[in-house]
Amino acid sequence: MQSIHVRTTINGQAAEFLCEPRQSLLEVLRDVLRLTGTKEGCNDGNCGACTVEMDGRIVPACLVLGAEAEGADILTIEGIAEGSALHELQNAFLEGAALQCGVCTPGFIVASKSLLESNPDPSEEEIRFWLANNLCRCTGYDKIVRSVQAAAGKMQQETTS
Amino acid sequence: MHWIDYYRPSTLEACLEAFAKHGASARALAGGTDLLVQMRAGRLANNVVVDVKAVPELNEIRYEPGIGLTLGAAVPCYRIYGDPTVQREYPALIDSVSMIGGTQIQGRASVGGNLCNASPSADAVPPLIALGATCRVASVAGEREIPVEDFCTAPGTNALGEREVLVSLNLPAPSPDSGACYLRFIPRNEMDIAVAGAGVSVRLANGCFDSGRVALAAVAATPLLVPEAGAALGGQPGGRAAIAAAAAAAKAAARPISDMRGTAEYRGNLCEVLTRRALEKAVERAGGTLG
Ligand SMILES: Cc1cc2nc3c(=O)[nH]c(=O)nc-3n(C[C@@H](O)[C@@H](O)[C@H](O)COP(=O)(O)OP(=O)(O)OC[C@H]3O[C@@H](n4cnc5c(N)ncnc54)[C@H](O)[C@@H]3O)c2cc1C
Ligand code: FES
Ligand code: FES
Repeated sequence: MQSIHVRTTINGQAAEFLCEPRQSLLEVLRDVLRLTGTKEGCNDGNCGACTVEMDGRIVPACLVLGAEAEGADILTIEGIAEGSALHELQNAFLEGAALQCGVCTPGFIVASKSLLESNPDPSEEEIRFWLANNLCRCTGYDKIVRSVQAAAGKMQQETTS
Repeated sequence: MHWIDYYRPSTLEACLEAFAKHGASARALAGGTDLLVQMRAGRLANNVVVDVKAVPELNEIRYEPGIGLTLGAAVPCYRIYGDPTVQREYPALIDSVSMIGGTQIQGRASVGGNLCNASPSADAVPPLIALGATCRVASVAGEREIPVEDFCTAPGTNALGEREVLVSLNLPAPSPDSGACYLRFIPRNEMDIAVAGAGVSVRLANGCFDSGRVALAAVAATPLLVPEAGAALGGQPGGRAAIAAAAAAAKAAARPISDMRGTAEYRGNLCEVLTRRALEKAVERAGGTLG
């Protein structure tokens, strides 16, 4: 079979690419489209570094084929900030020192954003369960969880004020 | 990963034709959380992937009161636990689909894939067996129905022929005096494989157990229905004595191995404890009391 021509939407913009049927969405994002914000950790679904949103749900991009993106709506870390204005989660991660090497960070931010959209005021336990599919090997989880809580607080202030 | 061809049929007919044409060289792709991992590890020799997610029959959740639930084989976990009818009628199914992997895995992983992958530790399978679910299987030659307890034949192997596809799971409508539950043991809170698991269902009548079904995970080569445990409940007063007898029967039926997750002895003990706790929860869900 030839390469597959895929039409999709990435970060709100129409996108087209050619991929081999065996290529994962993660490989397509990084190697074909050069959207290298999404990271590869384990390549088998365990670490969450490759987390993207696909049709409103977070998924591991390493376990999605590029061909499956046909007609889908995809959000990556590159689509989180609005222009030069960082998302509250990004600000909170910076202020809360919730990253060291940063490899896990895009996955944590994309996953946390999707949590706060469905649950704007999550408990610590809800945050930890939601993020159980995201691993961090340097920072530890406390700073990450506290940064998500800080961002949630800020975002709620913004919506009520 | 080796070179593959990718098809995404949008009708059941086209899907069955793809399997008729490619036979053993084709694999169904639902959520890909087992398939893509195994292909990447070089464990599968297939060179065709048939993405079944665009086939309507594999994508539906349909409940008909008095008849039951038709659960498309490719429906991912998050759609199942997000469905108010399934939450109300099949809490044991919710128990299992909300513990498979983490949020991202649940965005993809299907119950049909969990079953077809035929892992002894698959979390969705014991509750399906306990609930009396059957598999609707189809090929170009026709359809057949297989009880879930007969579907897995060995670790990683199932009852499907080369050209067959699992279309849906059919769960009978629960009667008002019934309850079910799935529990597993893992050494942490989430993201781990069951050391052992127990899926149970009970039906109560006049303060007695009318009937019960118990199925175990990770203690045999396949998910295991334990008829002796159900028999220990049927007709008995609905209290702790019958539950203890059923739990002992579950332990006696388990044929676990020892591995890095636990010893055979430990797994046997877990079967007893998990069966007891799951039965207690099932009785509570059925509206009964333990006396
Ligand atoms: C990080 C991680 C954590 C996990 N945690 C758990 C856990 O806690 N508990 C647990 O039980 N599992 C766990 N799993 C495995 C679980 O995700 C899978 O078993 C999942 O349910 C399989 O569904 P799928 O839709 O992804 O199937 P796929 O990977 O698409 O398919 C699985 C197999 O079934 C076949 N197949 C799929 N659909 C059909 C069909 N309709 N007809 C015929 N054949 C079909 C495929 O060809 C393949 O061989 C985990 C996996 C990962 C990667
Ligand atoms: S790279 Fe996808 S989950 Fe680790
Ligand atoms: S900051 Fe390095 S893995 Fe999380």
